[in-house]
Amino acid sequence: MFEDLRDLYQEVIFDHNRNPRNFRVMADADRQVEGFNPLCGDRLTLFLKMDGDKITDASFQGSGCAISTASVSLMTEIIKGKTETEADALFKTFHEMTTGKDEHINLEAVGKLAVLAGVREYPARVKCATLAWHTLDAALKNQHQAVSTE
Amino acid sequence: MTTFPLERIRADFPILQEKIRNKPLVYLDNAASCQKPNAVIDSISHFYRHDYANIHRGVHTLSVRATDKFESARAKVREFINAASTKEIIFVRGATEAVNLIAQTFGKANIKAGDEIVITAMEHHSNIVPWQMLCQETGAVLKVAPMNVQGELIYPEFEALLNTKTKLVAVVHMSNALGTINPVKKMIAAAHSKNISVMLDGAQAIPHVSVDVQDLDCDFYVFSGHKLYGPSGIGVMYGKKALLEAMPPYQGGGDMIKTVSFEKSTYAGLPHKFEAGTPSIADVVGLGAAIDYLNEIGMANIAAYEAELLAYATQQAKQIKGLMIIGEAEDKGAILSFVLDKIHPHDIGTMLDSLGIAIRAGHHCAMPVMDFYGVPATARASFAMYNTKQEIDVLMDGIKSLIKVFG
Repeated sequence: MFEDLRDLYQEVIFDHNRNPRNFRVMADADRQVEGFNPLCGDRLTLFLKMDGDKITDASFQGSGCAISTASVSLMTEIIKGKTETEADALFKTFHEMTTGKDEHINLEAVGKLAVLAGVREYPARVKCATLAWHTLDAALKNQHQAVSTE
Repeated sequence: MTTFPLERIRADFPILQEKIRNKPLVYLDNAASCQKPNAVIDSISHFYRHDYANIHRGVHTLSVRATDKFESARAKVREFINAASTKEIIFVRGATEAVNLIAQTFGKANIKAGDEIVITAMEHHSNIVPWQMLCQETGAVLKVAPMNVQGELIYPEFEALLNTKTKLVAVVHMSNALGTINPVKKMIAAAHSKNISVMLDGAQAIPHVSVDVQDLDCDFYVFSGHKLYGPSGIGVMYGKKALLEAMPPYQGGGDMIKTVSFEKSTYAGLPHKFEAGTPSIADVVGLGAAIDYLNEIGMANIAAYEAELLAYATQQAKQIKGLMIIGEAEDKGAILSFVLDKIHPHDIGTMLDSLGIAIRAGHHCAMPVMDFYGVPATARASFAMYNTKQEIDVLMDGIKSLIKVFG
């Protein structure tokens, strides 16, 4: 019935929405930043454990739509073990993938995150996918104030 | 009641023939804005083609003709809400501007530090923020009358808030987020018994309820044209003549003056005192056409038909497991706000859109209402006179299917 939406709502997204990965409070987090989308009420708190410039653990808490939940869930999986520079590069690629004009972006570089590429066809939903990454961006810059999409 | 002319009405709204994502449009976002009938679209087009010029003061034929059309729309609005005089009908950009106008003129002239303004827990942001701004400027205090879990005003608590410090009650006639219709006549009488003025935000009520401002005895009534099947960018502030005369002007400029010199200006009489600058002339004419169209169908007929639609939709929605209706007031307009267990309203909105169904998902400019129910957002289907039971079936089938997909 929802054939038109197959690019947006892939099975991986439903899976991460049903069973979000790394969905927990991290009591000993080195960095903790809140992200908020006032338009739809999506809220998340991102926790990072650092070893030097390396992200050794990532987790989140919060509530949001399937796209935003899947996006932050996938993000916490992929950034574990990455250096700050690598994570920042991923952020930029992800941003380009979801908002950019270039359709020939190297999806291999983003791995599983490619399931969120479909969001670019739905301007009203792009911020659902990017909220997690803007929150990460703030955490990488060691900002402590909450991030808002607006 | 004679049979409701549904087929004819649907034929009058060209956009209803649109295909959205290759499906017939099911437009259920009427609380955000209504679609426009040919009568409105054509009146604007005709006006620009044949009658357009700037209004008032012009001596040439077209200016006189445009002024006649503009002022005859004002007369239609007066009759539609049964105001005592056309002097009491002020054209503004919309309900939001009307509330701001009242806050900045009546409010600044009458509300001082320590005074109180009473609103309700179910207001739209446009009937919260202008008062907060006024309170910040003046030191007045905003009081909020609470509601119960059905989304109904707790009347005794409202009444208990009214005291000698209360200078204004500003309350929504019908809630856009919940559909609740407030017992405004009783509220107005209670406020007046304590010499408190009352403003009604009629933005949501106006297309659903017959409004008689003299019978209600409200001091101000505001609404937007676009929710009344008319153009966007035009709205109405009704105010009792004595109050309007005592109020300072809102904006200065052309049209609102009697005389201007560099030393001093004198202001025009009502209604022009509050209408500085060239207004959205054609949209006023379009609003007049919308009112003609509604009068032809009859507001009572529309209300009866919409009540049928709401009852049907409510009954169907209650069959769906995991669906919770937000707002179940006894007196309620044609709005079905709901949440689904574990499915975010934005996902509901996108999924239904792929089936051609337009609903709204979000906080509906009523964040305090969302906080009250402990939800970030709701999905809202809102009905208009051109909607059908078949469309409600399409909506319900869509909801059932997306629940399955989310598993």
